[in-house]
Amino acid sequence: MTDWQPSALQRERLAAARRLRARSLLLATSATVVVFGVALTLLVTSPGWPRVQETFFDPEAAKDAFPEVLKGFWLNIRLFLIAEPLILVLGLAVALARVSTTPVMAPVRIAAVAYTDLFRGLPTILVIFLICFGVPALNLQGVTTSLFWLALLGLVLSYGAYVAEVFRAGIESVHPSQVASATALGLSHAQAMRHVVVPQAVRRVLPPLLNDFVSLQKDTALVAAVGLFDALGTASDTANFTFNYTPYVVAAALFVALTIPLARLTDWVGRRGRERERAGAL
Amino acid sequence: MKDRVKDRVNDGDVLRVEGLRKVYGDRVVLSGLDLQVAPHDVVCLIGASGSGKSTLLRCIDLLESTDDGTIWFQGEDVSDPRVDRREVRKRIGVVFQAYNLFPHLTVLDNVTLAPVRVHGVSRTDADERARSLLSQFGLAEHAGSHPDRLSGGQQQRVAVVRALATRPALLLLDEVTAALDPELVGEVLDILRRLAEEGTTMVLATHEMGFARDVATQVCFLDGGRVLEKGPPAEMFTAPREERTRRFLRRVL
Repeated sequence: MTDWQPSALQRERLAAARRLRARSLLLATSATVVVFGVALTLLVTSPGWPRVQETFFDPEAAKDAFPEVLKGFWLNIRLFLIAEPLILVLGLAVALARVSTTPVMAPVRIAAVAYTDLFRGLPTILVIFLICFGVPALNLQGVTTSLFWLALLGLVLSYGAYVAEVFRAGIESVHPSQVASATALGLSHAQAMRHVVVPQAVRRVLPPLLNDFVSLQKDTALVAAVGLFDALGTASDTANFTFNYTPYVVAAALFVALTIPLARLTDWVGRRGRERERAGAL
Repeated sequence: MKDRVKDRVNDGDVLRVEGLRKVYGDRVVLSGLDLQVAPHDVVCLIGASGSGKSTLLRCIDLLESTDDGTIWFQGEDVSDPRVDRREVRKRIGVVFQAYNLFPHLTVLDNVTLAPVRVHGVSRTDADERARSLLSQFGLAEHAGSHPDRLSGGQQQRVAVVRALATRPALLLLDEVTAALDPELVGEVLDILRRLAEEGTTMVLATHEMGFARDVATQVCFLDGGRVLEKGPPAEMFTAPREERTRRFLRRVL
């Protein structure tokens, strides 16, 4: 094996393959440059461009707004970090309630169906409005009136319904023969769920779950609608004061900067899952 | 092997099926089936595809509801809906055609899941027994692997070990070699042969006539939803009484 040298034929083929690859690369590069170049040219030569540049891309305004918007963005990050685990727990609990079989769970099952139907149908912003303005109006003893926590509750309730359905889809995708073999071993329904079905289901739904979290990350901006000073709220406050919209672009850049890594992670997890599946692991 | 038959008089049957009926919609799969399994019996169910072999096994393990008749297991009518099905299943081991190992667990965890979670065996004891069983069946070095790293024959051997780990009183095997490549069938049949020699009570649905002839204490030919003919393999394979049995055996032998 060690003294093998590629034959003349193979060397010629390798050289040809290299030439073909170089040509594709050149073609891809020039196509990209042309398309984006034309788009950019169209943008900056448009009659309104100087005006747009001034109101949306003013470096001075960006520098002034950045510290405040970043401070507001910290609220988005906190919302996201606290909401995410709560959503996972709620979603899984609701999904498990929906697939439960014990008779005493019947009311919980009905509540779970009602919850997912209701909250998947409601726009998230409406949920946030209703909770942030409705709950304090009830004047309940011991219930928080903090807008932060109420808005967080709105996000959790809205996303919990989606995530519950994602989990349920995962649970139902596990082949019935797995349940049969767990049952045959004497495991109860709950044990079969806990040790056999849910671990496999979670692995399968990881990519769609992460996708939902990319979406949650940016939807934390909805809390600006009830007057919280998150990145969007702060940007809008500043913009209203200076009549310059650059803070919005600053906020947008911050959201994108956070979403892209998570989106890449989602891609990677999905790809790894597919590879493992192809290898026969799932 | 044949002198095991003598034990039957005193021991009482492990399993007795009387007049079992099972219907899927309009299709009658089992129509008044009878079956007796004494301790240390190896009962081979043979018959054409769709003759109800698998359905019978699933009914015995209470994975399917029954539509009439009685299943007596260790002297208890387990086909009664008031019976605690889990308690019954704990005493029966099942091996499926498609192995049905848990893909997210290692081989060792597949084997110890039921002993630990269902039978309350301590983790250490369960691990010890699992490792000893795995090494008996030539699987010791695979204890830490996930099932997808194993060949079909190895996976099916793990499935047998998993079923044995809880020391069941009865082992049900549903066409356990049907999904295997021909060169892997032998390794699985070998361990079943060994289990038979150790006196494990088994009911197998099988297409392996050679295996049935060597190992079975009783061969049952299923046809039309009942046991049309049964007997020791020597009789069944050389001088079947029924024309339908003869025709079936001519096709498969």
